[in-house]
Amino acid sequence: MKSIAFLITLAAGILMLAASLDFPDWSAPTTPASTHLSPHYIEKSIEETSVPNLVTSVLADYRGYDTMFETVVIFCGGITVLTLIRRTFIRKDKYINPRPVREDSDIILQSAVRILVPLIQVFALYVVAHGHHSPGGGFQGGVILGASFILLSIAYDLKFVLKRLKENSILFFSILGVTIYAGIGLVSLFLGQNFLAYAAWAELLGITEVEAHSHGMLGVEIGVAITVTAIMLSLYADLSSGGDLDEGL
Amino acid sequence: MSWDSSFLWQFDILLLLMVIILAVSALAVKDLVSAAVIFGAYSFIMCLLWTEMLAVDVAFTEAAVGAGVSTVLVLGTALHIKRKSKD
Repeated sequence: MKSIAFLITLAAGILMLAASLDFPDWSAPTTPASTHLSPHYIEKSIEETSVPNLVTSVLADYRGYDTMFETVVIFCGGITVLTLIRRTFIRKDKYINPRPVREDSDIILQSAVRILVPLIQVFALYVVAHGHHSPGGGFQGGVILGASFILLSIAYDLKFVLKRLKENSILFFSILGVTIYAGIGLVSLFLGQNFLAYAAWAELLGITEVEAHSHGMLGVEIGVAITVTAIMLSLYADLSSGGDLDEGL
Repeated sequence: MSWDSSFLWQFDILLLLMVIILAVSALAVKDLVSAAVIFGAYSFIMCLLWTEMLAVDVAFTEAAVGAGVSTVLVLGTALHIKRKSKD
């Protein structure tokens, strides 16, 4: 059975390598993407959106619809894990591998984490807010913010975090982020423009249309960051405790 | 900043070799926790490769999601299932 699987994998790999010969060369100037799509983004992005980081302007503005549903995909993933694993009763025969029992709290680990976590969280907010100018944005910042909570629940206890950030509010935040994103799109729909056309916000906020693009992107990035943070924490809490949220790793 | 295909191509080859070695060894080890950690290392090398291709945003995502959070999630899951893989 294993050799059959190996042969299938090998055949698929050879087919993929053969297919990769049909790809255009690295950064070939004659491909459709390089002839009219990329030049528009590269040349017009600054004057249309005033965002120096092209990746952010393509991700959150030109392709805002895709990014919204990427956020929805993450949200659905978190909700699926929650519905499959979360139990409200404590199972007696929970299977956990034998692992070192913590006699008492580890003072070095906890002191280090107490210094690190605020720095990580400030960095995460910086990544979200500075995504217009440097690499980063909602997804990365949200993951880093979620990772800071995960670090806290590894060093202390899962209950330590969940006492301060209740499960209900984690779920509320995960919904809030998607709602912010879709809400920004819906408002521009109600103002008579296309869905997620941030230019519609210009009149509402009293700014130029270019600034409205920039601020709209910041708004949706914040929405993405809130959802991703909440979902990462929810995933960790459910997966590491086996569904009953009593104890993490 | 312009792309130069001769930019440290030896380093490229080294990274690509390490990606293959890590991918194969993640499949070869029996212990799921070891496999999770090897996947973390794999993600980190992929992150270096993205940076080398000047796709810094993708590299950042790979470092945060691939090497960071997903390793923790897989580790947390691996502790709750049978730790030894059969094949």
